[in-house]
Amino acid sequence: MPEAHDRPPEKFTLKLRRYDPESGEAPYWEEHTVELAPHRSVLEAVLQAKDRFDGSIAIRCSCRQAICGSCGVRVNGEPALACHTHLDAAKAGARDGVIEIEPMGNMPVLKDLIVDMDAVHWKKIQRVTPWLLAKQPVPEREYIVSKESMVDVTQTMACIQCGACVSDCLAMEVDPGFIGPAALAKAYRFVGDPRDAEQFERLNDLAQDPQGLFDCTHCFKCVQACPKDVNPMGQIMRLRRIATSDHQIVDQNNGERHEAAFTRLIRDNGILWEAELLPRSYGGASWFGKFAPAAGKELLSSLPVAFYGLMRRKMTLAGILKPHKIPRQDLKAVQSIYERVESRPERYELNLYIAGEDE
Amino acid sequence: MPAHDVLIIGAGLAGQRAALAAAQEGASVAIMSKVHPVRSHSVAAAGGINAAISVDDDWRSHAYDTVKGSDFLGDQDAIEVMCSQAPAEVMHLEHIGVTFHRNEKGLMDLRAFGGASMKRTAYVADITGQAMLHVLYEQLMKHHETVARYEEWFTTSLLRDEHGRCCGAVAREVRSGRMEAFTAKNVILACGGAGQAYKPTTNGLIVTGDGIAMAYRAGAPLMDMEMVQYHPTCLVETGILITEGARGEGAHLLNSNGERFMEKSAPNKMELASRDVVSRAEQIEIDEGRGVGPDKAGIFLDVTVVPRKRTLEALREIVNLGRDFAGVDITREPIVIRPGQHYIMGGVKTDVDGRTSIDGLYAAGEVACVSVHGGNRLGANSLLDTLIFGRRAGEHAAARAASMGMPAPDANAQLREDGARLEAILSRDKDGGPAGPAHPARPRRVSEIKSELGETMNRHAAVFRDETGLQSALETIARLREEADKAWVDDRGTVFNQDVLGAVELGYMLDCAETTVVAAIERKESRGAQFRTDYPERNDEQWLKHIDITLGEDGGGPQVSYSPVTITQWQPEERKY
Repeated sequence: MPEAHDRPPEKFTLKLRRYDPESGEAPYWEEHTVELAPHRSVLEAVLQAKDRFDGSIAIRCSCRQAICGSCGVRVNGEPALACHTHLDAAKAGARDGVIEIEPMGNMPVLKDLIVDMDAVHWKKIQRVTPWLLAKQPVPEREYIVSKESMVDVTQTMACIQCGACVSDCLAMEVDPGFIGPAALAKAYRFVGDPRDAEQFERLNDLAQDPQGLFDCTHCFKCVQACPKDVNPMGQIMRLRRIATSDHQIVDQNNGERHEAAFTRLIRDNGILWEAELLPRSYGGASWFGKFAPAAGKELLSSLPVAFYGLMRRKMTLAGILKPHKIPRQDLKAVQSIYERVESRPERYELNLYIAGEDE
Repeated sequence: MPAHDVLIIGAGLAGQRAALAAAQEGASVAIMSKVHPVRSHSVAAAGGINAAISVDDDWRSHAYDTVKGSDFLGDQDAIEVMCSQAPAEVMHLEHIGVTFHRNEKGLMDLRAFGGASMKRTAYVADITGQAMLHVLYEQLMKHHETVARYEEWFTTSLLRDEHGRCCGAVAREVRSGRMEAFTAKNVILACGGAGQAYKPTTNGLIVTGDGIAMAYRAGAPLMDMEMVQYHPTCLVETGILITEGARGEGAHLLNSNGERFMEKSAPNKMELASRDVVSRAEQIEIDEGRGVGPDKAGIFLDVTVVPRKRTLEALREIVNLGRDFAGVDITREPIVIRPGQHYIMGGVKTDVDGRTSIDGLYAAGEVACVSVHGGNRLGANSLLDTLIFGRRAGEHAAARAASMGMPAPDANAQLREDGARLEAILSRDKDGGPAGPAHPARPRRVSEIKSELGETMNRHAAVFRDETGLQSALETIARLREEADKAWVDDRGTVFNQDVLGAVELGYMLDCAETTVVAAIERKESRGAQFRTDYPERNDEQWLKHIDITLGEDGGGPQVSYSPVTITQWQPEERKY
């Protein structure tokens, strides 16, 4: 057995975010010192404080083994399950060795460490039609589907609805209407299920929604937060790929056009040419894209930003307008990557959850 | 005051299945849960669900395995119902979206499980309970117009009319503290077991025997309360469960000599004998000095014999559990486990349609005792039990509702009474304080009393029991009851007051513990999960019967009676694995 599990109990200081809605007072911090073996969990520490010092400390919890999803909190500012966070790791990551525990973000706080998940998390889950729309006719026995497909959707089925990804989604913080990582991962659970009849409809709906599929800013916070390796951002990217490559969905939010412009510019020039990227995202992937009315409008509205950038010397006129291109030899190497990938009959998705780690 | 045809208390697998079934029959349905439905402890069930869906299988084989697994205490008519209806139920789950794993041909894959004569356990990696619970909740979201959900409402008592019929419940909205009376033509209890009366237990903190106790207090008989299952493979410190699915995939159990000791007691089935047989074998190895781990109080579970790729695909959750809660990579080294409290076969006595002795009151799932599990439950039969009897209770209640008018109980008196009961707890000696080193005479906190209860049950009402130990447990329980009536609570508020609800739950756990011990004292025999070192043999002549416990009227305490075991096809025989 590794060392951690043989060490005797130690003292840990917790700083809990308290809030009593009946008091009329603002939230405040409260410190408690508990004694537990260092590999035990933050949840056990909170419960010890609750059991020994103050039974009014409110936290949702049940299973203690990261399966019920009740105990989502922020530990030292990062979203986590309290039962799934070891005390020694929490202390090592804490400022001054004092472990800060507060409620999750992006959701209203009801009391102490308890947030209103109905108002945000569950509302968004319900947005994505979270039930199977079964292919007809329903067979007498089981649907015959591949082994791989069921292992694949097990990843998103494994989501325990804890809210950790929602808590710290940066896009949602800026745009509270963003459908968000949990709901979009749940959407993949159906889009990836061969027994579901409405793959196109689901994808089209989420792609066309201005606060949907293309509102994710690709920041990885949800991937880091998830205690069950659901990889919500990865699912969002898979949904995008299926929507654009398999169903040719061109959404009104210019998400597909943006991706097409991005990849085309790199193929043609070996490097990203930002001045071309913007008009092509709105007007279409070719050189003529900049003449489309939508592109013109965007170009005009971004003139102030360009102006300030030029004034502050963050950009130069030559840098903006001169075509970006890499040396011919190198460009051929880049283009051979495109040829190799696109010559494959099927899209290959590396997902370690499915493929397993190296032996 | 909300009024429904069917009110379901508890939103785990049995409760949610009952809700969907009743709504399908056209009944107006409400489902109530003290936590959000997906937090129910069904979510932790891991290994799989049994059904004779293979073309080479026969439900009668499944039924016989279940009867034998029950040590012949199971009611065979109920077992026949469960096993014959299993294949259709599993197909129904698949059709609403459960992501059952497939074999190479694209058909549902089946794994081996304890006490089964052939592979018949359908599974979703090792998160079968979670997948099923979440899929059922998806359906509840879909049918939100026909099933009203009351999430985070704590039930405080059942409503009865002047004839004693059950006609609803009183509950407290956890978020606001508001009390409300719910009228219903039928109530289905689906609150699960009582594992938190033991320490440690695999059960979540919410599993406090609410339904068993509420039915008991209402006068419904409990049955087979002495039959408490200790699961063979739990992590030593925390009691966290390591699924039987590991042994189903081929994992071994080893003592300190590296021996597969199951050969001694179950040469045929080895690690896949019934759970009571395996737990006892492990306990004997530990007690006789062949245990492993820092206190020599554990046994090795060796998953390294399973191909690593298979483990990562089909046992991923226990890889996570081993790493996160024991610091062990189970694909590279054995992990130390030991038996831990897990399930209660006993519960509220029902018939095969979930009816209790009280008109209008049903029970389904772990809270109920039909009995399909008798003296010992086979792994992967509980997921099946919850769905079959949840559905049947929902259908039966809906049919009953169709032929009766809505009751109109005078609920105000009970609303006031329940409110006053909680108020009394909230106003206990506010100026004092809890017991501590400086004030040993003061009342202890709920958590301390609960802790002592759990340790007592784990010492005297566990794998091996005897008269002296059981009597001592009974005395402790009586003492703890007196303490519980005065237990200190810190939280005197109304919003999300978990403290006062914990005090109520403590009372429920004490009721469950008391009835378990009384039944264990009564059964002077060893059968299934009950092993009495003072009566080590099975005694069909005198004890092939159920022990029923009913609350005596006017403070009479637990009253013991018996009921017969229903035998249809399989005569009791010697039980060998």
